[in-house]
Amino acid sequence: MTALLEVEDLHVEFRTRDGVAKVLNGVGYHVDAGETVAVLGESGSGKSVTAQTIMGILDTPPAVVTRGAIRFHGEDLLAASEERRREVRGDGIAMIFQDALSALNPVFTVGFQIEEQLRVRRGMSRKDARARAVELLDLVKIPNAANRVREYPHQFSGGMRQRAMIAMSLALDPEMLIADEPTTALDVTVQAQIMDLLREIQQERDMGLILITHDLGVVADVADRIAVMYAGRIVEHADVFQLFRAPGHPYTESLLESLPRLDLKGQELKTIKGLPPSLTHIPSGCPFHPRCPRAVDRCATEVPADHRLGLDRTSACHFAEEVVSRG
Amino acid sequence: MAEPILEVVDLVKHFPVRVGVLFKRTIGQVKAVDGVSFSLAKGETLGVVGESGCGKSTLAQVLMRLEPPTSGTARFEGRDIFAMRGAELRRLRRDIQIVLQDPYTSLNPRMTVGDIVGEPFEIHTDVAPKGSRRKKVQELLDTVGLNPEHINRYPHQFSGGQRQRIGIARALALRPKVIVCDEPVSALDVSIQAQVMNLLGELQSDLGLSYVFIAHDLSVVRHLSDRVAVMYLGKVVEIGTEDQIYERPTHPYTQALLSAVPVPDPTQRGRRDVIRLTGDVPSPINPPSGCHFRTRCWKAQDICATDEPALTTRVGDHPSACHFAEERTVV
Ligand SMILES: Nc1ncnc2c1ncn2[C@@H]1O[C@H](COP(=O)(O)OP(=O)(O)OP(=O)(O)O)[C@@H](O)[C@H]1O
Ligand SMILES: Nc1ncnc2c1ncn2[C@@H]1O[C@H](COP(=O)(O)OP(=O)(O)OP(=O)(O)O)[C@@H](O)[C@H]1O
Ligand code: SF4
Ligand SMILES: [Mg+2]
Ligand SMILES: [Mg+2]
Repeated sequence: MTALLEVEDLHVEFRTRDGVAKVLNGVGYHVDAGETVAVLGESGSGKSVTAQTIMGILDTPPAVVTRGAIRFHGEDLLAASEERRREVRGDGIAMIFQDALSALNPVFTVGFQIEEQLRVRRGMSRKDARARAVELLDLVKIPNAANRVREYPHQFSGGMRQRAMIAMSLALDPEMLIADEPTTALDVTVQAQIMDLLREIQQERDMGLILITHDLGVVADVADRIAVMYAGRIVEHADVFQLFRAPGHPYTESLLESLPRLDLKGQELKTIKGLPPSLTHIPSGCPFHPRCPRAVDRCATEVPADHRLGLDRTSACHFAEEVVSRG
Repeated sequence: MAEPILEVVDLVKHFPVRVGVLFKRTIGQVKAVDGVSFSLAKGETLGVVGESGCGKSTLAQVLMRLEPPTSGTARFEGRDIFAMRGAELRRLRRDIQIVLQDPYTSLNPRMTVGDIVGEPFEIHTDVAPKGSRRKKVQELLDTVGLNPEHINRYPHQFSGGQRQRIGIARALALRPKVIVCDEPVSALDVSIQAQVMNLLGELQSDLGLSYVFIAHDLSVVRHLSDRVAVMYLGKVVEIGTEDQIYERPTHPYTQALLSAVPVPDPTQRGRRDVIRLTGDVPSPINPPSGCHFRTRCWKAQDICATDEPALTTRVGDHPSACHFAEERTVV
């Protein structure tokens, strides 16, 4: 069976005056219908660039896709025409962003922005589009949707704007949704409401969901599988329960140990020494080796392959088997 | 209990809301801080948590005397902070320091790290004679885990976590007794956040510092705090030891806040007691009557709209501002 979406060995560079930044260096993951895959990683690890490449909204130049494929129902989108990509955008795959205020247009009403897609892409009349927009705002639980559809984004609170953006992304009934840090800018009580809403909608529509986040708590709560990114690579890919029980890559392991926990007091926080790498000078061998507590000489010279750790589980570490068995 | 180093009583800070171009009219007040009381013991960390806009930063600004209070008192070592003038005020400006959230904007990009960290010595010339300043700055850089040889570098040459260390080194320069930390790790990645949190912990035990630690991340606050104050719309709704607040919260807002934090453990899925609030935080311009939380509270009764609940111990072992305070385990 082919996956709904499959990203394969994706390489992207940014060619700027300061040099070539190798932002993606072989990213691969797949998402099936009804499934939530979390993409986890620190700032600058390439989470958003991957999403932009999938959506076909990457700035080229300065970005160049140098290798890889993005298959949607088996069709390689990177080889598709711009027209075909536009078709897939919104209908096939939609995206929501961290900052709703900058993604919504301040000079148009929320309703207009939803209706425009329906009129242009679905040929709906003004009246039908308005009715559908109200339905959608209602679906994302905006109170009094019939009136609020006429308001401007600045008249909405942060949580309501995020809801409006979700409504907008659902307008064309996409099969797949990419949510890029959808709740990072929100308070925790509102974050919880939005995550509940996303989960509900996803289950109802059997949508594939890529959830980009750096919050391990959110991941543990909603993801089926996790792809952990570091320096433009997926260093670990695993089922959520397996990953939290026994991480298979030293980076994941260190990340879990450096996290303060709400439910554990007085624990000692281990730290990851050093800094994330500069993408214009990615370390040789394993990109994590300068910070890795398990590194040996070989790690500085030899790029680790993706080791299989069971069905649908990989780790890009020379010692993957030992890490996962806590050797 | 030991004599508190800092004691705040009924602190209020309102900002007028003005409209009009030529003739400004005041049409209301933003009740940013609306009657906050707490005390901080020497060597202690008081965590302050609450959602965006509840008044945490305003509280910090008023304590630092960067904004005048509307009313209320704050005593540092027994002396009224707001009455201080001249030499006494200069002394206060040495004893209380602040570390801010954003390591990207809180440092002057045109100054070298040495100038930034050493700047307090320019104002308080008696702390370090001119000849010894460079050495002092290098010691400070070393204390916070930065390379003393990087004294001539500029902020943009450092990462986020390193910039936060620069801010901490600067705050330490005058050997303060209290540091107010306003979201010091919120902008940092997890792996860097742990480094800075550990540093703050070490400095506290080495130098006997007291912290007011403001953050919206409840896990971070639990990790560092001895006691915790929970704020909602300008008021402290519950205050107690870390254990009391996290293990035995009695205010519905504290309970909702804690239960909304996702725990990084998938085996807890569906097992935790989840309280979902509806709606957003109301505007602090015209906060709800009675209990400010009543518009989002599932326990609210008529009395909540008419009588403001006082912050006192009704049940359990610590104060909570709810007419129907009741212990509930949510973590
Ligand atoms: N338009 C651009 N020009 C040059 N470099 C870019 C551009 N967009 C992104 N990059 C670089 O690509 C790298 C990956 O960026 P990306 O936005 O994917 O990170 P991320 O994992 O989403 O991080 P965050 O958690 O901060 O959102 C970064 O180093 C970034 O500086
Ligand atoms: N100088 C000012 N003039 C008018 N209103 C202000 C001023 N400073 C703050 N406020 C308002 O006071 C309230 C409290 O703001 P404050 O910055 O203290 O909140 P906070 O708890 O620090 O929030 P955050 O978590 O977002 O940092 C907000 O409604 C804010 O808009
Ligand atoms: S006083 Fe009333 S409204 Fe306020 S928290 Fe308690 S029950 Fe809820
Ligand atoms: Mg991003
Ligand atoms: Mg603030």
